[in-house]
Amino acid sequence: MNEMPVVDAEAGTLLPKISAKKVQVFYGETHAIKDVDLNIADRTVTAFIGPSGCGKSTFLRCLNRMNDTIDICRVEGDIRIDGEDIYDPKVDPVQLRAKVGMVFQKPNPFPKSIYDNIAYGPRIHGLSRSKADLDEIVANSLQKAGLYEEVKDRLDEPGTGLSGGQQQRLCIARAIAVSPEVILMDEPCSALDPIATAKIEELIDELRENYTIVIVTHSMQQAARVSQRTAFFHLGNLVEEGETKEIFTNPTDRRTQDYITGRFG
Amino acid sequence: MPNHTVTSFDDELKSVAGRVSEMGGLSEVMLTEAISSLIRMDKDLARRVIAQDKRVDALQFEVEEQAILIIARRQPVAQDLRDVIAAMRISNDLERVGDLAKNIAKRVIAIEGSFDSKKFALGVEHMSELAQEQLKAVLDAYANRDTASAANVRERDDEVDALYTSIFRELLTYMMEDPRQISICAHLLFCAKNIERIGDHATNIAENVIYMSTGVQPADERHKLDETGVETGVAR
Repeated sequence: MNEMPVVDAEAGTLLPKISAKKVQVFYGETHAIKDVDLNIADRTVTAFIGPSGCGKSTFLRCLNRMNDTIDICRVEGDIRIDGEDIYDPKVDPVQLRAKVGMVFQKPNPFPKSIYDNIAYGPRIHGLSRSKADLDEIVANSLQKAGLYEEVKDRLDEPGTGLSGGQQQRLCIARAIAVSPEVILMDEPCSALDPIATAKIEELIDELRENYTIVIVTHSMQQAARVSQRTAFFHLGNLVEEGETKEIFTNPTDRRTQDYITGRFG
Repeated sequence: MPNHTVTSFDDELKSVAGRVSEMGGLSEVMLTEAISSLIRMDKDLARRVIAQDKRVDALQFEVEEQAILIIARRQPVAQDLRDVIAAMRISNDLERVGDLAKNIAKRVIAIEGSFDSKKFALGVEHMSELAQEQLKAVLDAYANRDTASAANVRERDDEVDALYTSIFRELLTYMMEDPRQISICAHLLFCAKNIERIGDHATNIAENVIYMSTGVQPADERHKLDETGVETGVAR
């Protein structure tokens, strides 16, 4: 973590953190993602928007091979993180998912203590040598997730006892604990009230300094608020990807315009 | 463009645009009548022009309120956002056009006695015809989202400016010829300046029509053709 962004020495330009080329996803007979080419910049928040069933979550789940767990799902094409093919047979999906963490729509803390929720990942990945090490990782992760002050005196209480917004930040802390480089968020605020949502959005803004963040959201305003780049998916196609401020003031594609202005039939 | 899924949003946008067009129509009439009251020294007509300005001001207030409400309730983006922003800006310009026409009408009331309008006001009348054309063209461009016409209006503002410069020189000559004519010429000079400003507002509106339709703010500063030399350094 925190290394310099990868630079293409010849072109002198910033290489994307994630690059996807000609990605196709099939669920059995259903062609869910069609020929998607997309570069995702490092230390940037990229929002995926689009109507339900457009493929945005499916594409997100390709980025840490979550689709591997679905038998009928087939992924084709090329997805690289820092230039490395993540679908290479030599890649261990468990290691990949530590590097590419994920936060889900519904907060899903383990039925364990707050402490153990965070400590679980570092333990199985062997990231700590001592109890003191682990204590530090837990405190650090909770701090980065903006939760430490609220829970520092009750780390042994169950994570499921926290409020929805706190649980979501706990899940973010859990993802951070294994030192990921990319954090994928699949509608992380859809089950939260506006205040908890604002806290998560503030957190996303802070995390952007150190992580590449990809967020799927149904809230257009949220995409406009938190992201620097926005990708619009429709019927399995990537219709348009660009600077968020451009997409929301002057989108290029008619379909993007219709969707973000609420004109889709 | 297809309708919004939420139809009341369409109604609100239409209503704002309708009020802007109504303002445009009113300010056009105000300008025409202000000039004709000047040429004919018709003080009653001038008073009616002054009274009309209240309606334009009220409409501008309504446009702003509606736009603020739309932003608060709908959080418009893309085309919708540009429509709302353009409506607010354009109503601002039209309110100023109304003020400037009102100012001409006030001068008609202030001018004492009569004057040879054929001799003195011919240039002002001609200039106002051009400004009226510009205003009409840009309001049509707004209603039809016609960027080509808007661009044309933007280009033609130089003609209004050039006319202003020549009227300025002409009126200066009359003043030097006969100091008793200074008062009337000064009034006419201000009227000409007001018309020139109305031309500028038409240009602003044209730029907003372009922004509304394309999302691009016309950037290149048009060079200003005010060669009277008296406005140097004065913010427009």
